[in-house]
Amino acid sequence: MASNDDDDDGLQKRVRCVLLVLSGKGGVGKSSVSAQLALSFLSLGKKVGLLDADLCGPSVPLMIGAHGKNVQRGPNGWLPVRAGPSSSLSLMSVAFLLSNKDDAIVWRGPKKTALIKQFLSDVQWGDLDILIVDTPPGTSDEHLAVLEGLRGHPVCSALLVTTPQAVSVGDVRRELTFCRKTGTKVLGIVENMSGFVCPHCAECTNIFSQGGGESLAKECDIRFLGRVPLDPSLALTLDKDRDFSCAATEGPAEAALHHIAEILLQEMNEDAKVAQTS
Amino acid sequence: MAESGVTGVPEGCPGICTEQAGKASPCQGCPNQASCASGQTQGPDPAVEQIKERLDGVRYKVLVLSGKGGVGKSTLTAQLAFGIASDESKQVAVLDIDICGPSMPRILGLDGEQVHQSGSGWSPVYSEDGIALMSTAFLLSSAADAVIWRGPKKNGLIKQFLRDVDWGETDYLNVDTPPGTSDEHLSTVQLLSAAKIDGAVVVTTPQEAALQDVRKEVDFCRKLKLPVIGVVENMSVFVCPKCKNESQIFPPTSGGAEKMCHDMGLDLLGKVPLDPRIARCCDEGRPFLTEVPDSPACTAYRAIVQRVQRFCEVKLEEPKAMD
Repeated sequence: MASNDDDDDGLQKRVRCVLLVLSGKGGVGKSSVSAQLALSFLSLGKKVGLLDADLCGPSVPLMIGAHGKNVQRGPNGWLPVRAGPSSSLSLMSVAFLLSNKDDAIVWRGPKKTALIKQFLSDVQWGDLDILIVDTPPGTSDEHLAVLEGLRGHPVCSALLVTTPQAVSVGDVRRELTFCRKTGTKVLGIVENMSGFVCPHCAECTNIFSQGGGESLAKECDIRFLGRVPLDPSLALTLDKDRDFSCAATEGPAEAALHHIAEILLQEMNEDAKVAQTS
Repeated sequence: MAESGVTGVPEGCPGICTEQAGKASPCQGCPNQASCASGQTQGPDPAVEQIKERLDGVRYKVLVLSGKGGVGKSTLTAQLAFGIASDESKQVAVLDIDICGPSMPRILGLDGEQVHQSGSGWSPVYSEDGIALMSTAFLLSSAADAVIWRGPKKNGLIKQFLRDVDWGETDYLNVDTPPGTSDEHLSTVQLLSAAKIDGAVVVTTPQEAALQDVRKEVDFCRKLKLPVIGVVENMSVFVCPKCKNESQIFPPTSGGAEKMCHDMGLDLLGKVPLDPRIARCCDEGRPFLTEVPDSPACTAYRAIVQRVQRFCEVKLEEPKAMD
């Protein structure tokens, strides 16, 4: 399986599209969205990798039910952890490298940058249709490291996640500036935690205000990909060891994200075709 | 970005306190290369003493932390400030060290303000309630400006905030932090090592996805010997405004903050229910505590403010009582 090419070429040639999941704000659901999108892409028959670039707060392993697994070393580098339905998802996170899961990674920027570059260059991702990169909040070391590590991958685009509040939209606006300054294409904005339907009386309450994501998309001329409602059942499945055999029972949040996955896939496919011909 | 002393940091600076200082490739051509390479930067930072002097008039310093983003650190920082400042004899200041995602100006109703420079340093911006605030947002020319900075540059700005802002006589300085356990947190704790931080309030939400990050933050506090005042569980339950039934939007699958506090020997300062009016008040920059004073969330916030104050103020007089 090992290619004789340089490490640099590995990711460029063998990963067709890269999708960065970004948000200036924390706790808006980047990791949940990343995990759900990965599963949706898998169900659409794609080969998917998921890189957790949040070094101080890695959440992806818990959400994919790969908590407590360890990374194996292969002859050419780290082998990603296999997780998800019939172990079809390739996963890498700093959580797999910690001996105690409650250990804090008290690292400054340069060290974080080095590890992220290693995640991109030394992990044997293999052939992938899509590599999803889940990022921490902000516009700093990790984000720059990811973009540098990808070294101008021909099909590298970003998905922005926000909640409807003005406080969150403000941070996402800054993230958008980051994308523009770094020349990263933005595929669209997802408004997460948009409205909660009371299970007792079916009244919909906008806990975190409403409409912020959509108005930002309009204002900045970016595609609005849709709203994902607050759904305790999704929080519940993401918190526990997942059982992938009964994935058929989809809640409203999962359905919304699956629809978004289909749109993203189409967009990325077109971009990949353009990149190939040029 | 306003011109400041940190703009000259070269791209990829390894940080002046690292072993690579002055020796890495980005150091070539940097005016500070020689002094970094000589090793004199490895000693104790003179800023630590300067900061101690500068903060002489600040009685209590409280850090608001959480490993997780979006759990309500800034909201809690604001309620702490509003709560303490409701006693008119108390002067409260807030320092927002979330450099890439500053939210305090909006929450305190100070969006779009600018910082002024005076003979005694940077003057903070004052809210209607008399709360003093300093934030990166005040240094940006537009609300959409992104601060795309690596660690060393962020640390430089935090140093300036601590050393050069003229807070005056202040009872409480609440520091709102970004998520994580990295540059901003390390720098703040190290720079305040002589001025002494009284303690940290750790904020979480009930679900395991948040708790697992928050446990790391507690580990961080312990590694740096930072006293933890206690834990606040935000977004605990949601009461439907129509039928008054409770729902758990972020279910405490692993026992919530209560179990974490029990396991880690920490005090639970309080649980704050989800209330859409909190988000609205924050978005509009109005004080939630006086806006809807009889709501359960307000009662919870008020109790938390009292406990934080008691921790800081009692500790000074009878240190043994806090065991």
